Amino acid sequence: MAQRGIREYDAKNILAKHMKKLSKGTVKYRGKVALVTPDTSIAAVAKKKHWVKTNKLTVKPDQLFGKRGKHGLLLVNVTYDEAKDWLDEKMNSIVEVGKVKGKLTHFLVQPYVELDKEFYLAFTGYQDGDYIHFSSEGGVDIETNWDKVTTINVPIDAKIEDIDLTPILDSVSSEDKKGLKDLVTALYLFYRKLQFGFLEFNPFTYRDGEFFPIDTVARLDDTAQYLCHEKWGDIEFPAPFGRELRSEEQYIDDLDEKSGSSLKLTVLNPHGKVWTMVAGGGASVIYADTVVDLGFGDELATYGEYSGNPTTEETYDYAKTLLDLMTREKVEGGKVLLIGGGIANFTDVALTFDGIITALEEYADKIKEHDIKIYIRRGGPNYEAGLAKIREAGKILDLDMEVHGPDMHMTKVVSIALNNLDGGN
Amino acid sequence: MAKPDYVLFDRDTTSIIFGNQQAAVQRMLHFGYLAGRDKPSVAAIVNPSGGRKGLMKVFYGRDEILLPMYNKLSTAVKNHPDADVVINFASFRSAYKVSVEALNYPTIKTVVIIAEGIPERQTRELIALRKKLGKWIIGPATVGGFVAGGFKVGNAGGALSNLLMSKLYRRGSVGFVSKSGGMLNEMANMISLNSDGVYEGIAIGGDKYPGSTLLEHLQRYEANPDIKMMVVLGEIGGDDEYEIVDALKDGQIKKPVIAWVTGTCAKVFPSEVQFGHAGAMARGETETADAKNTALKDAGAYVPGSYDDLDELIREVYEDLKVNGIIAEKEEEAPREVPVDYDPGTMRKSSNIISTISDDRGDELMYAGIPISDVIRDGYSVGDVISLLWFKKRLPKYVTEFLELALRITADHGPCVSGAHNAIVTAMAGKDLTASVAAGVLTIGPRFGGAIDDAAKYFKDALDRGLTPRQFVDEMKAKNINIPGIGHRIKSVHNPDMRVNLLEEWAFANLPKHKLLDFALEVERITTAKKNNLIFNVDGCVGILFVDILHSTEIYTEDEIDEIINIGTLNGIFVLGRTIGMIGHYLDQKRLHSRLYRHPWDDVLYMLPSETEALEYAETKKKR
Repeated sequence: MAQRGIREYDAKNILAKHMKKLSKGTVKYRGKVALVTPDTSIAAVAKKKHWVKTNKLTVKPDQLFGKRGKHGLLLVNVTYDEAKDWLDEKMNSIVEVGKVKGKLTHFLVQPYVELDKEFYLAFTGYQDGDYIHFSSEGGVDIETNWDKVTTINVPIDAKIEDIDLTPILDSVSSEDKKGLKDLVTALYLFYRKLQFGFLEFNPFTYRDGEFFPIDTVARLDDTAQYLCHEKWGDIEFPAPFGRELRSEEQYIDDLDEKSGSSLKLTVLNPHGKVWTMVAGGGASVIYADTVVDLGFGDELATYGEYSGNPTTEETYDYAKTLLDLMTREKVEGGKVLLIGGGIANFTDVALTFDGIITALEEYADKIKEHDIKIYIRRGGPNYEAGLAKIREAGKILDLDMEVHGPDMHMTKVVSIALNNLDGGN
Repeated sequence: MAKPDYVLFDRDTTSIIFGNQQAAVQRMLHFGYLAGRDKPSVAAIVNPSGGRKGLMKVFYGRDEILLPMYNKLSTAVKNHPDADVVINFASFRSAYKVSVEALNYPTIKTVVIIAEGIPERQTRELIALRKKLGKWIIGPATVGGFVAGGFKVGNAGGALSNLLMSKLYRRGSVGFVSKSGGMLNEMANMISLNSDGVYEGIAIGGDKYPGSTLLEHLQRYEANPDIKMMVVLGEIGGDDEYEIVDALKDGQIKKPVIAWVTGTCAKVFPSEVQFGHAGAMARGETETADAKNTALKDAGAYVPGSYDDLDELIREVYEDLKVNGIIAEKEEEAPREVPVDYDPGTMRKSSNIISTISDDRGDELMYAGIPISDVIRDGYSVGDVISLLWFKKRLPKYVTEFLELALRITADHGPCVSGAHNAIVTAMAGKDLTASVAAGVLTIGPRFGGAIDDAAKYFKDALDRGLTPRQFVDEMKAKNINIPGIGHRIKSVHNPDMRVNLLEEWAFANLPKHKLLDFALEVERITTAKKNNLIFNVDGCVGILFVDILHSTEIYTEDEIDEIINIGTLNGIFVLGRTIGMIGHYLDQKRLHSRLYRHPWDDVLYMLPSETEALEYAETKKKR
């Protein structure tokens, strides 16, 4: 798949497990973090983690979005009772962050830490290596203070022990230098060995050999799961804020995981008029682009793709899921379904279309009821047979359907479809 | 003549396919045939993890041909030094390891990685390695690419109909590169409809860190005088496209570039959506499709308003180049005539049986390519004929001599051993020659005659693993296995088996090296110290010498020798040799007019249960 964000809670928890070994005992990190969810109240958490009741606390949502302070979602230096009241109020509430509206369901609780120094540290990758970014002036304004950040490069095949870290630690006091060097080295190894794509501590502080990360942002390379599942433990990749997976999306996700092929579905707007079922990771984006370019971005119901020669059964499951979603809500003027795709390399068009046809047969009545017009364009191995079959099925089922092959420009079918549709800008 | 650096694939390129990918291999051969290549573009296939090896049957035009299939990449590379491309179909779990191995072979210049889902750090390590070695990676997560009229990678280019439709069997003037493999054919088709066609098309794969970048391929196209214009299809996410922007600005790239970056739709999405490709996610304004399209346009690339207009822009640029005389009108070449029965689903029938040792169809019968008249005229011995039909080549004289020696020595061992005994009993029952000899042959196996195979196997394995003779003996004892090839019912140190002495003498006189024999004699020294009759026996000697002989020819790899042993070749020597004796015994009995044999009672120990014992169980059951 790709780099995916993980909860701050998970990132810190994993770090706590590995810090001692990675720093060879030079850095201490206690990993005092707790996660409060609708199923696990702060009271329940406090039974296992006594510091929750005895310490002053910091509480904030842990749902892959930042700038929590600016959105009034950061509670600092409070007692257990204050935290509890605040959590009772915020849990399950709907908030707007940026353009996105979502429900608050996960909160990170950690001991409040008095900050005398606010450091910034981040690790990012590029093709030939990794960057370590460091600043002694971290905090919420790091972006405006970016000129204070120093960066060094660690080539991909270099050992961190061989890299001179002094340039980035120039600005720190001499008594902190040795400790910070150990810390940066250990955290780099953490980032590298556990296959992070991105790791940021902003701010953090460091006293007497102990690491206190205040805010942490982490993305893991989820393709490394097979290498790191033991080191990561039971890790969750939450959906981006405001994009909790629908059960249908989850279903396709599970299908994708089990299959050697690729099956992806994101519902953008369930009330939309334009639905796509496009083959190919590249082609699917171009279809979506064209819908947007033609002014129907607001009506685009789904983004998704199927590719890598899925079986007839898998394609059927995918098509059925889409048709089911599509036929839940009627809209004035009807909807369009774009069954698109480029010219496949090795996906058997006839076999995949067999799956789509079975789904169409099952949903034929509903398709007519919802006034859905179907536009098809596809090429590739066995496309003649595939197109002939679906054309025939369309006739027998009496569906409003247009079928095109590779002789038509790939996205032409989008403009034909949208021309006959009300709305758009 | 060395090829220019900008050439990765051409009409002479041959490749090694890692993975048992019959369909992809077949598609590569179809393409090559269509394009009129002189030889197939696949030199060999590697079927890892001990799967089937030997030969893969595929069609090349009208003919069915056989491609060698190995279990190890090292063997394929060694046997096919001209192949400079590895197409790596290994899964995401093993693709890294295979790619590292492939890159490190000096004869390999380009590795194409098909797998999707390789960890980013592993890919970055591969990139560092290939840069250090001055090699190329295409992928991961790609279908590959093609050079029109020259070479195509695996499944790229799709079905035959598409190769014809997009005229990929002959060269055009347009170099194309994209991230998306799925868009490769689509773009080839678009380019062929709006210009004189594709020269080369490469999909670098949709991962965040591609093994080679869009720019690196554009730089190759820039250097290639036969490419006149370039088309690039970029994607939201990453900053690869800015490298192209810089190259356009500083004049590194002068040929016209038509560019489009997909993912313009992301701006209307409410929150982040991971597209189908791992790298397709904008982090920051500069990584958006719109920002990249604008930057490319500002740098002098031809950028359409939307993908919908890309085809017209390609046509405009192409027509312009033609008007200016940069692209000349080419005469349309026809593809090589493809047999009408090309569709495997309809008419062409794949054969069920392969024969690689003899052919009776022509004017003359052939033994492994040698006409029978030559076999007679040039005085081939029986050993020579065996070497032709068993090993598919004429082996040196000392080898065929050994084969004949082994046949002579194993031809018979008296009437009392299982084989001869069975043959005699069957002949006495009035059966014919075939039945009698077959009855004898059927006793050959693990206990009778089979020690030849096992001796070769166990001794060779011990030597290969570097065991000392003592360690080998101890190990076999620990496993409670009698060492095959050691021990005799009657013969002993003081009453040696002359046959073994003869074979040993022959080996010392004729073989320059006899490592396994030396090893076996050491083993014998240890075993006979324990017990007098634990001597090196004739089965063991034949088997072990055969391994030494195969080594001495220096034409077989360890793997191949193991295979020769494992498929039962050594047993063949015993079966063939002993058949001579069993035919003799059959003829002997017929001449003697022997009567039906009945084994004498006094030679059988009768030990039956009593009546009560026999009925006991049934009686107790009845009561219940």
